[in-house]
Amino acid sequence: MAVEPVIRIQTAGFDAGAEIAAASRGRANVGAVVSFTGLCRAEEGRLTALELEHYPGMAEAQIGRIAGEAIARWPLLALTVIHRVGRIEAGDDIVLVVAAATHRQAAFDAASFVMDFLKSEAPFWKKEHRRDGADGGWVEARHADEEALLRWR
Amino acid sequence: MKLIYFAWVRERIGRSEEEVELPAEVKTVRDLLVWLKTRGPEYEQALQHPEAIRVAINQEHASHKESLSGAREVGLFPPMTGG
Repeated sequence: MAVEPVIRIQTAGFDAGAEIAAASRGRANVGAVVSFTGLCRAEEGRLTALELEHYPGMAEAQIGRIAGEAIARWPLLALTVIHRVGRIEAGDDIVLVVAAATHRQAAFDAASFVMDFLKSEAPFWKKEHRRDGADGGWVEARHADEEALLRWR
Repeated sequence: MKLIYFAWVRERIGRSEEEVELPAEVKTVRDLLVWLKTRGPEYEQALQHPEAIRVAINQEHASHKESLSGAREVGLFPPMTGG
């Protein structure tokens, strides 16, 4: 039976350790758990926070589609994706991906795949809050993020 | 049809969503972007580089060539920067 991914979009923080533990709990076949946590950088002290905006409904649907593709592609035993929205202070967590499988390569690849697609296809946008109070503007998309998708084609 | 805007598209247009009646000649996403630009300086400014605008029809990504038939909700936004 296909794994049902856990997908959450929330303003609150998350406990990465608890989510990692939950991915293998009660699943005796799990031999590998890979997690990725994305954090808000201070950018050399320039930023105090990021404001994360999302398209409600579409964001959940897009993450669900990406997670479904990962589950179809690798023999995963658990997959969790948590993305925060709202104001996130420098140093705080933004996103968590946890992939569990019997062997490590599937877990590594699935976590990487989910992050690559989440960056370019899930409707989230980041606005900078600068330390000097000036309008930091919206973070621009990076070409490298779009190019990262090519290796999964 | 409902239009919904995000990030700098929302800020430049000055609203997050609106209901519009499309003229009959507006058939594709590209037509919609061209028509919206005629609605005022704020739209002109938000959509001055239409190729930079990403579009979703009924919450699914769509190209600028796509037809608007069956579109209940169209989202306009800059390239995404999540993760």
